Parts: sequence; structure tokens; C-alpha cells
Amino acid sequence: MTITGRVYVLGDNIDTDQIIPAEYLNLVPTIPEEYRKLGSYALAGLARTPDQPPFVPPGTMTTPYAIIVAGKNFGCGSSREHAPVALGAAGLQAVVAESFARIFFRNCVATGELYPCETPARLVDAFRTNDQAVLDLEASTLTHADTGTVHRLRPLGDAGPVIAAGGLFAYARQTGMIAAPPVESGGDAGPSAGPDD
Amino acid sequence: MSAMTMTEKILARAAGKTAVEPGDNVWVRADVLMTHDVCGPGTIGIFKREFGKQARVWDRDRVVVIPDHYIFTKDDKAHRNVDILRDFAAEQGLPHLYDVGTPRYKGVCHIALAEEGHTRPGEVLFGTDSHTCTAGAFNQFATGIGNTDAAFVMGTGKLLVKVPPTMRFVFEGEIPEFILAKDLILQIIGDIGVDGATYRAMEFAGEAVLRLSMEERMTLANMVIEAGGKNGIIACDETTRAYLRGRTTKPLMPVENDAGARFLAEKRYDARRLEPTVAKPHSPDNRALARELKDVKLTRAYIGSCTGGKITDFINAARVLKGRRVAVDTFLVPSTTDVSRGLRMETIDGRSLLDIFKDAGCQISLDASCAACLGGPRDTFGRINGPEVCISTTNRNFPGRMGAREGQVYLASPYTVAASAVTGRITDPRELLQ
Repeated sequence: MTITGRVYVLGDNIDTDQIIPAEYLNLVPTIPEEYRKLGSYALAGLARTPDQPPFVPPGTMTTPYAIIVAGKNFGCGSSREHAPVALGAAGLQAVVAESFARIFFRNCVATGELYPCETPARLVDAFRTNDQAVLDLEASTLTHADTGTVHRLRPLGDAGPVIAAGGLFAYARQTGMIAAPPVESGGDAGPSAGPDD
Repeated sequence: MSAMTMTEKILARAAGKTAVEPGDNVWVRADVLMTHDVCGPGTIGIFKREFGKQARVWDRDRVVVIPDHYIFTKDDKAHRNVDILRDFAAEQGLPHLYDVGTPRYKGVCHIALAEEGHTRPGEVLFGTDSHTCTAGAFNQFATGIGNTDAAFVMGTGKLLVKVPPTMRFVFEGEIPEFILAKDLILQIIGDIGVDGATYRAMEFAGEAVLRLSMEERMTLANMVIEAGGKNGIIACDETTRAYLRGRTTKPLMPVENDAGARFLAEKRYDARRLEPTVAKPHSPDNRALARELKDVKLTRAYIGSCTGGKITDFINAARVLKGRRVAVDTFLVPSTTDVSRGLRMETIDGRSLLDIFKDAGCQISLDASCAACLGGPRDTFGRINGPEVCISTTNRNFPGRMGAREGQVYLASPYTVAASAVTGRITDPRELLQ
């Protein structure tokens, strides 16, 4: 699977309060209307630099960016699942970072909202916001579409089999941990939970 | 069988295995699942979607529901969210709902869990809040999880967990006067950084740690997440047992490190050399000593939260504020209703803490909750709504954490916060008290 689109570049230690400020935590992610609202507030708490465009343009509900490229410890702070949900609801598909905070990483896999991809090299200086990129999940590469430079990513590791199964609920059903989904949920109601870490 | 750490032993037992090693992925049994008003409604939504509308929680006695975040606000959705918890608890017959507006209401979940005896040595606690790690003070494996994982636990009683290696922090010698657990943990986070313990357990040990009260031990374990840690852990001793006596009748299953248990790192500190420590904006690892920040002028001070709003935190603040006046707006919020009562009952030289704080000119809310520690709805008591410079006993100082993005938050101990409130600039408490 590949993800193609514009890149939004961030630094180190982007915490969950910046990803979704606490004043919006009254919104419940499983209520569809509030899920969309969470998306419109994605990165609303970011301490932006003057030359940085907003992640979600004013007056819109979604982001024009497909991939965030960030530094170390992305998603640190709170365990609020609203954080990966807000980014995913805004239309973001992946975060490529040098490292992730543990709970955020797990919540990405659990919700199926985002692909959390680790990179062994620091890429925040190799991309600028609005650059085009191609993320190839099978090949574990991030390619700069303008220059053609290919950057290697770390494989998904322990998360791999769980993502491949479609989340922890699907993984647990596949491995016989829990029974088949209930009839009224419609079966494919969204995967869910990931491996630890 | 290989020697194990405390964390490994708890996870091995919960996984039904004789031994586990760091890096193993194991299904562990949950002893307690805690959720609150911010993450509970989403968790319940996923639980129903995945297990069906008629589904029952795996064990109603093990689900603990503690509304605490957005309670004293006019926000309609916040009230709706508490209603969702209330309806679910009624539908499922959950005995452990600490409901708003009833005598059972508690306030901040991590302190409430301890006060109500849900933090038991040797057990596994999952909670939909990153500061669930606080309960590691009680020799419990306790860690924060998201809504989806919590919904999974709610239906199955189990979760897939990767066993973390342990970093050990040993404090030797006696802690000097006016140094508190907050100074210890800010020292550690400054040393290892905000991702220095990612995927790891942090054990606190040594005679200085074992001399701490349970409240102070909770301050240590509370902030392991600020170093990225998965869980904090402290050995069980008579202090632990004494705290839990009368709060739980369940048998305690404490664990100790095996002789020869392996640690990823061991760091030793001479407690006698510690000084009042501060984390500057906007990161808990941006460390300085209080005495180095004399020139920082403040506009407000805040005492509250799971890490800095316990009864001992207020007693320590009152020692500084007794007979003094604050120079900046100083907001006080008790973490729980027990602490709220304690403000009236506890006295220093015959005067209640509440009266001491009133005399000092503090603004006190007796409504126990998370309040402005994480900003919250705009009408939250003590919320930063402009370019304030605040010194706070809370645990996070990310940009905008306590409200407005223009705000600056310095983290410090209750002694340092109180001393700084008196002078209006960051102040080493020894300057006032020695």
C-alpha cells in the first residue's frame, strides 16, 4: 500500500495537548458528528511559527496534508485516543517520526486511524511543509516526490501482525482470543486495538 | 527460572506464566479497569460496537468509573458525558461509580483509586488516563491505555502487553528539609529527558524513597509518563500496608525484585545533595534549580491535580503560607473530596489549612477535580486564559496545557510554588523558611 500526498513538517515532542487541546475533549470520538469536529480541531494547539500554514485551513473540516514528518517523541503526554482520532478524522494518513510516545503509537494501531512509521534518520530537515511525498508501507520507504530521494523507514515490528489482521479486535478474533463479532455491529465496524507498543 | 524484577513478576503472574522477559508480548489479566468522563464515553461506544448492544462487562466488580475532569462547568457536552457514564453503570450494575452530585463523588481518579482501596500490590490496573501510572506507588502494575484498548479490556478482562525492561532509580541518604518528591522526579526527568524511559518501567528505591509517605510516592510514580515510562513501581512496605488498611479487604500480593533481577539501567542519587527543582516552559525536562530562576516574574500560582493536590501537598504549602500573603493570584484546587474535607480538618498551630490559605489571600475552590491542570472548558477554575506566567504543582507544562497557548507554566513542588506565590517571582523555599 502506498500513500501519496503533501507533507506537513513538525519538530520534536509534539504532545497530545498540541494535537488536540483539552477544551475539545468533551467531544466523543464514537459519535460521528463529534468525530468530524475533532478532525477540524487537529493540531489546533500547535505552537506554530509565523511562516507555517495551519494544518486545517480556517473554515474547513479537513487537512490538505496526507503525511506528517516529525522529530522525536511524537504524541507524548496524555493517553487521549482523541489525538490519533483527530488527525485521522482530518484526513491525515500517516505520521513518519524519529520516535513515538508509547501510548500514542499504540492508539494509532488500535484505532486504525493512522500508520505510525519510525525512521532511523532525522527527516525533518529533508522535507518542507507542502512538499510531495510517497509512503510505501510494504517497502518501508518514504520518497521525496520532487527530488526522488528515498528514505528508509523502520519496519512496523510487533505492530505488523496486528495491523495486518486489522487491529487488536480482529487480531484477537483471528487468534481465537475472542468470539466472532456480534451481528448488530455489522462485522467490519472498524478495527481496533493494536499490539502493545 | 530466570530472576525477575517486580514489574516482570506482576506481568508473569497476570499472564499465568512462570516467567516473562522484557520484550515478550503477553496477554495479561486485568485486575482493575478505570475510566473517567473524558475517555469513558468513547470507550463505552467502542465496547458496544465491538461486543454488541447487549454485551456485559467482563467483571462488574473490577470496572471503576470516576468522573473527574470536566465536572464544575456549564459545558453541556461535559454533562452529557457524565450522563453516559451514569447510564452505563446503571445498565451494567457497576458498583464502583463515584458519581457527581452524590456523597460518593471523589474527584481526581488517581487519588480516588488509592483512597478507595483500588490500588493493591501485585495487581494489574489499566486506566484510560496516562497518569494511571500513579498507582505504581502501591507496587501495582498500572499503566494508561486508549479507549480502544480499554473497550477490549471491558469485554475480555485481558490485554496484550509487551513486558518492559526496568530502569532503577535509587535515592540514598536522607532527603533534606524543603525537598519533596516533586524535586526528585523533576531531577530524574531532567537527567533522562521526556523520552528517556519510553517503553520502560521506572523503579524508585533506596532509603530516601522508602521514608516517603504514600502521597509522596504517588508524586514520583505519577510523573514517570513525563519521561515516557510505561509504569512506575515501588516496593510494598509497612507504609503501603498502613495506607491500605481499612481501605480494602482484598488480600495483598506484593512482589519484590528477585536476587539477580536484571535492570536496563541503575542510577544512584545522593538525596542529601538535592535542591528545590523547577521545570521551565514548555517541557517537563527543561530543568533548572529554583534559586537560578530568581528573575522570573510570575502572574499566578496554582496548587492542585493528581500530582500536586493531595492533602500532604496542601499541608506543605500551608507551612509556607501561614502568616504570609501571596503577591500573585494563587489558585488552590483539592484533588478529591477527602482532601477538600482535609483542608477544613487539618490544622497547623490550631488554624485550619483553609483559614491559613484564606488569610494568605489565595483563591480556593472546594470542588475537587482535575480543574485547570489540563486547561479544560473555558470556564474552568484557575484556567490560563491569557499570557500568564504561572508556577504550578501540576505535572505538564506543554504549550497551552493549562489553557491559552500564550501561557507559560513552571512546574515545582508545593513548597516552591507557595514560596514563589509569596514573593511573586520564582523562589527557593529555603530563602523564606530557613
